[in-house]
Amino acid sequence: MSLLHEMLEVLARPDYWPAVWRHVELSALALILGVAIALPVALAVNRSPLATLVAINVGNVGRAVPSLAILALALPLFGFGFTPSLIALVALAIPPILINAATGLTEVDRQIIDAARGMGLSGAQVLTRIRLPIAAPVIFAGIRTSAVQVVASATLATFIGGGGLGDLIVLGLQRNIPAVQLVGALSVAALAILTELLFGGLERAFTPKGIRVARKRGRK
Amino acid sequence: MTEAAPQFISWSWIAENFSDTIVPAIIGHVYLSAVSVAIAVLISLPAGILAAKRRGLYAPITAFTGLLFTIPSLALFTILVTVPGIGIGPNAVIIALVAYSLLVLIRNVVAGLDSVPAETIDAAKGMGLTSRQILFRVELPLALPVIVAGVRIATVTVIGIATIGAYVGGGGLGTLIFDGINRNFSTMVITGAVLATALAVAADLLLLGVERYLRPWARRKQEEAA
Repeated sequence: MSLLHEMLEVLARPDYWPAVWRHVELSALALILGVAIALPVALAVNRSPLATLVAINVGNVGRAVPSLAILALALPLFGFGFTPSLIALVALAIPPILINAATGLTEVDRQIIDAARGMGLSGAQVLTRIRLPIAAPVIFAGIRTSAVQVVASATLATFIGGGGLGDLIVLGLQRNIPAVQLVGALSVAALAILTELLFGGLERAFTPKGIRVARKRGRK
Repeated sequence: MTEAAPQFISWSWIAENFSDTIVPAIIGHVYLSAVSVAIAVLISLPAGILAAKRRGLYAPITAFTGLLFTIPSLALFTILVTVPGIGIGPNAVIIALVAYSLLVLIRNVVAGLDSVPAETIDAAKGMGLTSRQILFRVELPLALPVIVAGVRIATVTVIGIATIGAYVGGGGLGTLIFDGINRNFSTMVITGAVLATALAVAADLLLLGVERYLRPWARRKQEEAA
């Protein structure tokens, strides 16, 4: 039987679709929680330039931490299984979103804010009507980076019992079944590329035409 | 929660295994990362110069390397080990790490060359330099800080991903992490994870220093790029 044939049979295995679903579930939850934590923090630190600088630098150090290190450290701290994997993936999801949101909110042109103030907008209005829409594309770029990274790192959840498509890769490698190994690997790759495309589309959708023009002009 | 691991971290294990296990793992990790980034730079410099000179090539090159970059590392490692002639071991890991470095490096080579002011090139032409001389004596030296910025991002990424390479026999600090998980011995996991992180942060700071040293005249531009 050819390898391709064997690979197609893997798709019919009872453990294939649950692994895909678990992978999506783990990634989606981690991303949602990551956004729910990183965005409020970015908004909170926005009032103080020093706090923003600290947040961006903490985020940068956070990005340097290898994803396997974060997942592996969750094991002695939180144990084995879905929740420890989720906690680790949330920790991985936060830095790119935090860095982009904090940077995006700070980089809104001072003159635009002054103009809005002059038109009588309150601080909250300036935030929701001016700063957030202008920063939206940068924030979405951060969410996209984070989403792709989370989907990729969710593959490693298998090592701490979190399940997902990594299970298939590991099973294939350990039992020497190349078809299972390859289907697992190709499925994760496809999932990551789909995520990239999906969030790329969202990023464009959340960039209104006027802001695109304004951003181009804003660039030096 | 850690009932299976009686001791969270065993300092005596670290002391006993320092020179036999930990130091070789660090050296192996540095070797894997350095070789991969070096090969990637050797590929990216000509590719980036070509893409900067022939703009039509830039989009397909970044699309292809971007696709490579998106593939999760464990997936790419496992695909590579099934390829005849590669198999389990450091070669599969190095090939994957090179693949991951290309996007950032090529993008930065092109951005670096683009950042050279047109007047500077005109002045060099006016002085009678050939286009080859302009490339090597004017454009590349001026592009160097941006190229180093790319090397920095690539190095940090590669150090992180190299830990996963241990799963397919690449060696390095990931070996400690995976052995620790298998033996349910948290000391090894923590040692591997903390050292890999420290290595990534150290490389980041070191290359940031190099980058700053190379362009004392344009600290402000650097903030913009970051």
